[in-house]
Amino acid sequence: MRDRHAIIAALIVFFVVLTFPIWYARAAGTTSRGPEPKLPETEKTCVMPVEYMRASHMKLLLTWRDDVVRRNVRTWIAPDGKSYKASLSGTCLRCHANKAEFCDRCHTYAGVTPYCWECHVDPASIKGSGT
Amino acid sequence: MNALSSLVVVLLLAGVAWVGGALALLRPVFGLAVPGLAAGIFLVGVATRVVGWARTPVPFRIPTTCGQQRSLPWIKASWIECPWTRSGVVVRMALEVLLFRSLFRNTRGAITTEPVAQGHGTPAAAPEGFPRAARLVYGEQKWLWLAALAFHWSFLVVLLRHLRFFLEPAPALVGVLAAVDGFFQVGAPVVYAADIALLAALGYLLVRRSSDPQVRYLSLFQDYFALHLLLGLVATGVLMRYYVRPDIVAIKQLTLGLVTFAPVVPAHVSPLFFVHLFLLSVLLAYFPFSKLMHMAGVFLSPTRNLANTSRMRRHVNPWNPPVKVHTYEEWEDEFRDKLEAAGLPVERE
Ligand code: HEC
Ligand code: HEC
Ligand code: HEC
Repeated sequence: MRDRHAIIAALIVFFVVLTFPIWYARAAGTTSRGPEPKLPETEKTCVMPVEYMRASHMKLLLTWRDDVVRRNVRTWIAPDGKSYKASLSGTCLRCHANKAEFCDRCHTYAGVTPYCWECHVDPASIKGSGT
Repeated sequence: MNALSSLVVVLLLAGVAWVGGALALLRPVFGLAVPGLAAGIFLVGVATRVVGWARTPVPFRIPTTCGQQRSLPWIKASWIECPWTRSGVVVRMALEVLLFRSLFRNTRGAITTEPVAQGHGTPAAAPEGFPRAARLVYGEQKWLWLAALAFHWSFLVVLLRHLRFFLEPAPALVGVLAAVDGFFQVGAPVVYAADIALLAALGYLLVRRSSDPQVRYLSLFQDYFALHLLLGLVATGVLMRYYVRPDIVAIKQLTLGLVTFAPVVPAHVSPLFFVHLFLLSVLLAYFPFSKLMHMAGVFLSPTRNLANTSRMRRHVNPWNPPVKVHTYEEWEDEFRDKLEAAGLPVERE
């Protein structure tokens, strides 16, 4: 074809776009360091094994929500027999009091923005504002 | 048979990757070496094919009969379907690449014994006992176009959403795309509309290929293989997102290790993720050798990307051998004396 130069130019653009993450990582100084969420100091274990929590905490939260708003069951019995009040702000954020350095750090890293906080409240933010 | 054998091959590949992901010794191979190699094959392979096409001469325009070509001023020409300007070609290419214009035109032949429609109005009822002749009728077929469009666009959305695993910090735009895709806010993790569209479209394409006798007759191993590979990729992705959740943070560390060339294989990445990654690697490595190269080929289709100027401009074949000509003037000079002696008229005295 007579458009050889245009084709080669388009091919180069395509390659630059494809390898964009490499250039982006260079520019942003990305390392493979994780988000390192700040774990609670006083507590030793989570409501479920930590591997499960790391991967599937959002599923547990939905179980809790469904228990509360659909079945009116407000206590949740963990597999190890301990019982918890099924509450996002009242239970999770009681141990993980620092939402910004725990939940948010991970979520920013993974590029997710849970919409729960449109309605649910972070207790720390209320204390902070003095209301 | 082709459908079954390609399914078996994909399942075998998945099984190999599962074992690779489960054995600590093989994890770096399947997590780092294979994806890196596959990306290399993809880049070099695609470049080779495209450069090969670029070097192929296309001396003439190939007009297609999709629209009235430009001729006399009082005949209305269609500047997009049969363009004669660069802007017309750009619009035609955009319609082709973004909306699959030529697939939209797809028709399907079927043998029917329905009575012939009489003029406009309703078809005349054939008289009782009157033999009905079988006729070939071409009808519209828009489902294939719709499924193809749904597949390609949702695949693009899914690909772009995956940027959150490759970019750190994750750009806000990727978050916006995820929010739009998860607009319905069903469940947690939120169900993405593109995931459903992708599965439905791929499912339709597979069912169409294997249930329609004509299409099945034309389908080769490669046709099913591409579909099964994509389905395997999508199925493992959907499984991981909604059902068998992996450790996302560990996975992002692995992908970032790949793009920063500081490879790490975190300990708690589930074997299912390795299946996902391996099927992607196979897809990438297979890509340049397969019909999937239409990704680049669509831009280089001479019937789409060349203006129909066959009658407006003279297109000379560049590799025509030089033709030796002997003009009348030269001939006259050669026989001038004889012509003049015979008293014949000459052009130049
Ligand atoms: C009893 C206090 C307590 C409660 C209640 C609690 N957690 Fe935890 N959580 C912990 C502790 C302690 C750890 C660290 C466990 C470890 O490292 O073994 C942890 C770990 C986690 C992790 C994994 C962090 C990581 O990457 O290491 C997640 C995610 C998490 N919790 C989410 C939640 C959510 C969501 C809730 C509410 C459903 C919740 N937790 C309720 C104490 C708690
Ligand atoms: C539209 C507002 C709204 C949004 C958004 C929302 N919730 Fe709720 N949620 C509620 C209301 C209202 C209740 C009932 C509170 C009660 O009865 O104590 C509730 C209850 C719950 C409960 C149990 C009660 C408690 O105190 O926590 C959980 C767990 C929960 N939601 C989790 C979630 C999660 C996880 C998300 C995000 C994925 C979310 N919610 C988003 C309104 C909302
Ligand atoms: C170890 C890192 C980590 C920690 C800590 C963490 N999350 Fe998550 N969370 C994630 C990841 C990763 C996702 C996204 C999963 C995906 O997109 O497949 C997620 C998703 C969610 C979702 C579903 C969001 C959606 O729109 O799909 C909710 C709800 C959620 N997290 C709540 C919490 C809460 C509440 C806390 C703090 C108590 C918390 N998470 C702490 C990693 C973490």
